[in-house]
Amino acid sequence: MASAHSRMRCGEFRTTYQADMTIFPTPLARRVAVVSVLLLLLAPLCLDAYYLNLLIQIGYYGIAALGLNIVVGFTGQISLGHAAFFGLGAFASAWISNNSGIPVFFAIPLAGLLTMAVGLMVGIPAGRIKGLYLAIATLASQYILEDFFARAEWFTGGSAGAMASPFSIYGYEMNSDKSFFFVVLFYVVVMFIAGANLMRSRDGRAFIAVRDHYLSAEIMGINLNKYRILSFGISSFYAGIGGALFGHYLGFVSAEGFTLILSIQFLGMVIIGGLGSVMGSMLGTIFMVLLPEVMEFGVHLVGSESTALTQALAYIKEMAIGLAIILFLIFEPDGLAHRWRMIKNYWKLYPFSY
Amino acid sequence: MSENQPLLQVDNIFLSFGGVHALREVSFEVRTGELFSIIGPNGAGKTSMLNCISGRYQPNKGQISFKGNSIIGLKPNDRCKLGIGRTFQNLALFNHMSVLDNILVGRHHLLKNNFLSGSLYWLSGARKEELVHRREVEDIIDFLEIAHIRKEIAGTLSYGLRKRVELARAVALRPDLILLDEPMAGMNLEEKEDMARYIIDLNEEWGMTIIMIEHDMGVVMDISHRVMVLDFGRKICAGLPDEVMENEQVKSAYLGVGFDDEVQQADEEVV
Ligand SMILES: Nc1ncnc2c1ncn2[C@@H]1O[C@H](COP(=O)(O)OP(=O)(O)O)[C@@H](O)[C@H]1O
Ligand SMILES: [Mg+2]
Repeated sequence: MASAHSRMRCGEFRTTYQADMTIFPTPLARRVAVVSVLLLLLAPLCLDAYYLNLLIQIGYYGIAALGLNIVVGFTGQISLGHAAFFGLGAFASAWISNNSGIPVFFAIPLAGLLTMAVGLMVGIPAGRIKGLYLAIATLASQYILEDFFARAEWFTGGSAGAMASPFSIYGYEMNSDKSFFFVVLFYVVVMFIAGANLMRSRDGRAFIAVRDHYLSAEIMGINLNKYRILSFGISSFYAGIGGALFGHYLGFVSAEGFTLILSIQFLGMVIIGGLGSVMGSMLGTIFMVLLPEVMEFGVHLVGSESTALTQALAYIKEMAIGLAIILFLIFEPDGLAHRWRMIKNYWKLYPFSY
Repeated sequence: MSENQPLLQVDNIFLSFGGVHALREVSFEVRTGELFSIIGPNGAGKTSMLNCISGRYQPNKGQISFKGNSIIGLKPNDRCKLGIGRTFQNLALFNHMSVLDNILVGRHHLLKNNFLSGSLYWLSGARKEELVHRREVEDIIDFLEIAHIRKEIAGTLSYGLRKRVELARAVALRPDLILLDEPMAGMNLEEKEDMARYIIDLNEEWGMTIIMIEHDMGVVMDISHRVMVLDFGRKICAGLPDEVMENEQVKSAYLGVGFDDEVQQADEEVV
């Protein structure tokens, strides 16, 4: 009978629907998540700036990656313009806090909403076109926004870039790695819980239904246009929040960072992590952020004297990312989240793994 | 809606694809509480007729009224809200979702939580609402005897079970009219008997009006209240099962060509 309960750990029985509708698939998963967050709360005490910086990067990119996963992984559409929305969030939050006297604390969610509004507009063609055409349309939005960043000096500071004020609560500035880490951690926890909740409620199911079989989704009462556009909007909201955190962390936003390359890297994160998996978005981001660091470490290990190798490092990093995406597409198309489930399935029935 | 008004009225429907006339001047009506069957050889236009009712196809000409109002021009999702549900001839489940989630999608138009309240889940009351609907869905799961597979991924199930999950999903819409496109195709005898029992219960206990396309003449004659026969896109007769069986035109057009080997393969067509 093991297979009938294959989604639970051995010997677990749910007696109420409430118990069966928890956000985590098993109590163990819940414990692991809670313990991880508790350990991360201690991270600023034990880790140096280098590692904190990596964790912060994983945080804001992870939020944006979850947004991209909503549109690509869950709704089955394509977006090549995610980096531009990430940038829009960064500029918007900086601009709002610099020009309106609204504190950064509120500017970040407002920037998310503004980015969402633009995302909804860009999503309008998505209601009508699919596949390659949609890819081109979102590519166009990437370039249009990039162009806007370069021209709209009032908003972005043009080629000079824009200063972004530090995050502060009650006059206490959180601009060090140690303190900003908590801000990012807070947002990661909130956004990922919200994302997981979305996917187990009405509109999240509608997204997946549109992806899996849009004709029968429509027969089930789902308005295809509305949900195709909405998923772009929500995805942009996540990108905007991630970008805003990025801006206030660096203290400075410049347009060069938000190119097509970053859009592709976001796609890499959700492909590697697992399309249509909330946790996969985080796993893929961790992978993509750490990969260049590991490459750098490796290069220094084998060839600290070889200048040729150190000089080639920049290329090696970029090629490694491309190679990772290709290898995942070939060998692990369901991503890290899937691999993780397989390992879990193996262990949870241990020793009766067959 | 007056007492005598039919639940569904189909008037003089024409539908063609390029040169192919899928439907020609088809008219019929279905009354509240009826179990109405459509039969006819492959390619006769049966699925096309259901597609016109559910909104997948727009007829070139003709009128379709549901509960007294024209539904021509309405999108499928709007017809769903009016109370029309359906299953597909070629399975159309959400293959990567669990059985439970597939059926919960059927509650879409009855649920009120949205992306915002859904994301806030506990804070917004979405959880409470989902729970209420979960109970409703569990009733359907019990009725269709699929409790043991509720957590399975739909795409991994056997054909017979998938057909049953599709029925569950359509029932979850709580439609007044449910359209079943070959609900027993490809099933073994035991599965067919189960399915026939579910359909009768849906009609008698759950009060759903049913339009069913089915090739198994035994089942059709046993459980239908009325039967309509289509051939080459035309309605050639309609009436009580016994009357239809006796009709000469039906015998030559349909029953003549292999009454007994009705196990026809579902052709490759768009649902
Ligand atoms: N989407 C479509 N495009 C072109 N031809 C179609 C389409 N749908 C149905 N047809 C044609 O209409 C006719 C009736 O098909 P259908 O309604 O599926 O028959 P049945 O369900 O009775 O087997 C067939 O000739 C079929 O090829
Ligand atoms: Mg058919």
